Amino acid sequence: MPILQPIGRTFLAFLEATGRLSLFTVLSLSHCVRPPFYPRLVLRQMVEIGYYSLPVVGLTAIFTGMVLALQSYTGFARFSAESAIPNVVVVSITRELGPVLAGLMVAGRVGASMAAEIGTMRVTEQIDALDTLATNPFKYLIAPRLIAGLTMLPILVLIADIIGVFGGYVVSTQKLGFNPTSYLQNTWDFIEAQDVISGLVKAAVFGFLVTLMGCYHGYSSRGGAQGVGTATTNAVVSASILILSFNYFITELFFAR
Amino acid sequence: MNDSTDAKPLTGGNAAATPKGGTPKISIRGLTKVFGDKVVLDGIDLDIGEAESMLVIGGSGSGKSVLLKCILGLLHPDAGSIKVDGEEVVGLYGAELDRVRRKFGMLFQNAALFDSLPVWENVAFGLIQGQRMARDKAREIAQQKLGAVGLGEDVGLLMPAELSGGMRKRVGLARAIATEPEIIFFDEPTTGLDPIMGDVIDRLIVKCVKELGATALSITHDMASARRISDRIAMLYKGKIIWTGRTAEIDRSGNPYVDQFINGREEGPIQMQVRDL
Repeated sequence: MPILQPIGRTFLAFLEATGRLSLFTVLSLSHCVRPPFYPRLVLRQMVEIGYYSLPVVGLTAIFTGMVLALQSYTGFARFSAESAIPNVVVVSITRELGPVLAGLMVAGRVGASMAAEIGTMRVTEQIDALDTLATNPFKYLIAPRLIAGLTMLPILVLIADIIGVFGGYVVSTQKLGFNPTSYLQNTWDFIEAQDVISGLVKAAVFGFLVTLMGCYHGYSSRGGAQGVGTATTNAVVSASILILSFNYFITELFFAR
Repeated sequence: MNDSTDAKPLTGGNAAATPKGGTPKISIRGLTKVFGDKVVLDGIDLDIGEAESMLVIGGSGSGKSVLLKCILGLLHPDAGSIKVDGEEVVGLYGAELDRVRRKFGMLFQNAALFDSLPVWENVAFGLIQGQRMARDKAREIAQQKLGAVGLGEDVGLLMPAELSGGMRKRVGLARAIATEPEIIFFDEPTTGLDPIMGDVIDRLIVKCVKELGATALSITHDMASARRISDRIAMLYKGKIIWTGRTAEIDRSGNPYVDQFINGREEGPIQMQVRDL
């Protein structure tokens, strides 16, 4: 059966990869909640993920907010519905664009560097060295990154929300002739707690996914520089796809009636 | 040399597999490790005595590193038993495995220093993370250990990327001895070093092992280094120990495989698969 063979092999490989990732996730989570903890490392990762991602996430947010106002104006002007722009900007940013774009940017920045760093540690035997020094690599390397990702992404997204709305505000008031006070008033009136909360929940999930993918692909990398390169690519690609698919499911969970 | 001698486990050498007297520090029986369909270790039996310096020789890919990794619990053997101080370590995990690992120090082939930490923190790592020692005290000990391998205090502040090959090995050695372990493993300690630096490292290894009274297990294919650092030698070939004996007797092993290996000859029972160009 030469046709069935590759199908079977691919299916088995897929199951094996899923099993390995599930075990990795359970093991990582269990080490996040069991001592010993490494607060210094968690703090360092928080700075790495949160603080150093601020410029890239901020720039993404401001341009997204700006373009959103501009595009909605060209569309809505046809129906004389320009007054809906503050609503469209704030809801799009807080519900979808803030968390998804921040997640994707962090996947490119942080997920890739994590996979490369942990992958290099794997192929240069540094992870074996950790083990022989009686230090669990899951506790020392992976748990701090997961905790930092889980907590920092919501904070980043909250800041991105504010910057994104500000971007829309600047374009609307400076270019499209909106009244600043009524624009802000409209924004405030339209925004609901659920919009922001759903975005922050998404952010926490995305932060976890990005760091998990970075750690998993780095930790399981094999075979020198090429292996590390593959791990980095896989980390970014898988994190991006997971972000987009989880985004749909979380949206359905929050907003499908 | 007896050409008709076949490779049998534990032939030749008066000391055989068991060291003189007492319970062995490490006792390995029937250790088997398989990767896919390749049998890397095929029923290894080996005893290493207290404060003895044992060395395993063998060609590249003969399973020497796998042997070390199985003892350290970094790889799980498919069959067999490994006892350290009479305690079975195969199947241990978590805190139990960490407790046994605290008896070990290891010098990795490329030193495997943590790039993100300065040299002194690399050396002090086992003390700070493994033994939860205060950083100041651990730093003091780290500087002292760096001194013992001939490196000054200024080196402690450098990052591993700034070190030369010989310095990296010495820092790796300092890290291996920092916790004053009972057992130290050396994975190809002189590979990639010039002959003089190789001699320096060997002498440091002998000095550190003697001063600590530690049991040492090294793997190498550098015979000059092997003669300098070991009390006994075992040869690994095709996943089996084919000879063990005292280092002084290796030239009179009577084993054609050992003779070929230590003299570095192409002709002999060990055949390399080389095709014509």
